[in-house]
Amino acid sequence: MVKKQNKLLPLTGNEAVANAMRQINPDVVAVFPITPQTAIAQAFAQFVADGDVDTELVRVESEHSAMSCVVGAAAAGARSMTATSSAGLALMWEILYVASSTRLPIVMPVVNRALSAPINIHCDHSDSMGARDAGWLQLYSEDGQEAYDNVILALKIAEDKDVLLPAMVCLDGFITSHSVEAVQLLDDRTVRRFIGAYKPAHPLLNVQKPVTVGPLDFFDYYFEHKRQQIEGMENVFKVYKKAANELSKLTNRKYPLFEEYKTKDAEYIIIALNSTCGTAKAVVDEMRKQKKKVGLLKIRLFRPFPKKEIAKAIEKANVVAVLDRSASFGSDGPVFLEVANAIHDMKKKPILAPYLYGLGGREIGMAHIRQVFEELPKVAREKKTPAVKYINLREK
Amino acid sequence: MKKLKGWKNIPIGGLILEAGNAKDYITGSWRTFRPVKLREKCTNCLICFIYCPDCSIKVKKDKMEGFDYNHCKGCGICANVCPFGAIEMRNENEYQ
Ligand code: SF4
Ligand code: SF4
Repeated sequence: MVKKQNKLLPLTGNEAVANAMRQINPDVVAVFPITPQTAIAQAFAQFVADGDVDTELVRVESEHSAMSCVVGAAAAGARSMTATSSAGLALMWEILYVASSTRLPIVMPVVNRALSAPINIHCDHSDSMGARDAGWLQLYSEDGQEAYDNVILALKIAEDKDVLLPAMVCLDGFITSHSVEAVQLLDDRTVRRFIGAYKPAHPLLNVQKPVTVGPLDFFDYYFEHKRQQIEGMENVFKVYKKAANELSKLTNRKYPLFEEYKTKDAEYIIIALNSTCGTAKAVVDEMRKQKKKVGLLKIRLFRPFPKKEIAKAIEKANVVAVLDRSASFGSDGPVFLEVANAIHDMKKKPILAPYLYGLGGREIGMAHIRQVFEELPKVAREKKTPAVKYINLREK
Repeated sequence: MKKLKGWKNIPIGGLILEAGNAKDYITGSWRTFRPVKLREKCTNCLICFIYCPDCSIKVKKDKMEGFDYNHCKGCGICANVCPFGAIEMRNENEYQ
């Protein structure tokens, strides 16, 4: 049953995310500005100033401190959030691992931006992709609506007792974060009922039952604790499905592990994530009108990576182009590697074609995506994975 | 060594649920030098007791009664602060 919802509001991606945070009403939020995330911190600070939330807003002196602050707060038993971008995420690095290894379900919007140097404030995915092995869930969002929904969904999954891991919700810097789109918010009470109260099992502030958090852990138990983390990630799949179904009933929108856009009979598929998927859908629609069998597979959940399901979804295609918006210097792009790993032991499998695009905010338009689709029949004829191609890069 | 538990049977995240169990962790094996008390020089001023970072100075009825070698890491602070030179650091090899 779909609940009564507020009407569509014109919101930027950042405002949509900040509104999800307002509705979650976290106990503690650490804020530190970095473009293009700053508007989240700013909007949330306004909610605090207006008394719309009960949150303790902590103005820290760096992102390393922001992450340390929410780790401490979450261990104390508080529902805790922060948000960041690019170099800010890079500065959090050490503490990202502390958060996941201590099993603290912190939810953090990451507004994707290129890493320095040279300094660049525009979108690519090198920040969050670099953190893909930090033990955090990663959800990617095509637009402001999806980012809003993902924040609420991520919180529900992260706090599940079978998961208890932190989660990043990624959205494209400027393209999504600063574009105004129509976003439908749930009403506050519906969100609060959906997420429920946060009941940590062993909060530090419970002085009746003292516990030690983050002790020394050597060759005797460290490995066992890592194995538990692997299990927590594995559990995400079942928890995800349950939470996604529940949220779907409230929003009337669907939250599959990944979105299959006209892929069922597609001979040529593009795999991508975040805002590029919107552009790709428009190209797919156009080419479908010309009877071209093309489709898009949009990745939503990247950590954990639903490899079996994705392999199955693309098994019938001739060629699958994988679009990476971050370089793995000395290897293939992270999304490509995941897809290659997912299909490696299938008997009949599609040929993969790796593409690198959009670094530092380099434009990707419909013409570029159409060109990718048009290159794929040649790959099919040659029957082997070509060398990586660079979209919209000047060679001379 | 006591049998260690598997990953399914320990609290997640490295949490330690019971308080005050540091005493079960035998850190004395880390020692390369061992403090030894020179009985005739000791005045029982207990300065060593105050300074020992591992609570490894044994005290009974206001008297310095030697060391808890299960937990003393051999840092030598006690020997350093003793105003009467009543603690000597000896090579652990001598006791193997
Ligand atoms: S500091 Fe020296 S003199 Fe004082 S109690 Fe310790 S060993 Fe004895
Ligand atoms: S050597 Fe260090 S740990 Fe051992 S008793 Fe002296 S002060 Fe304590």
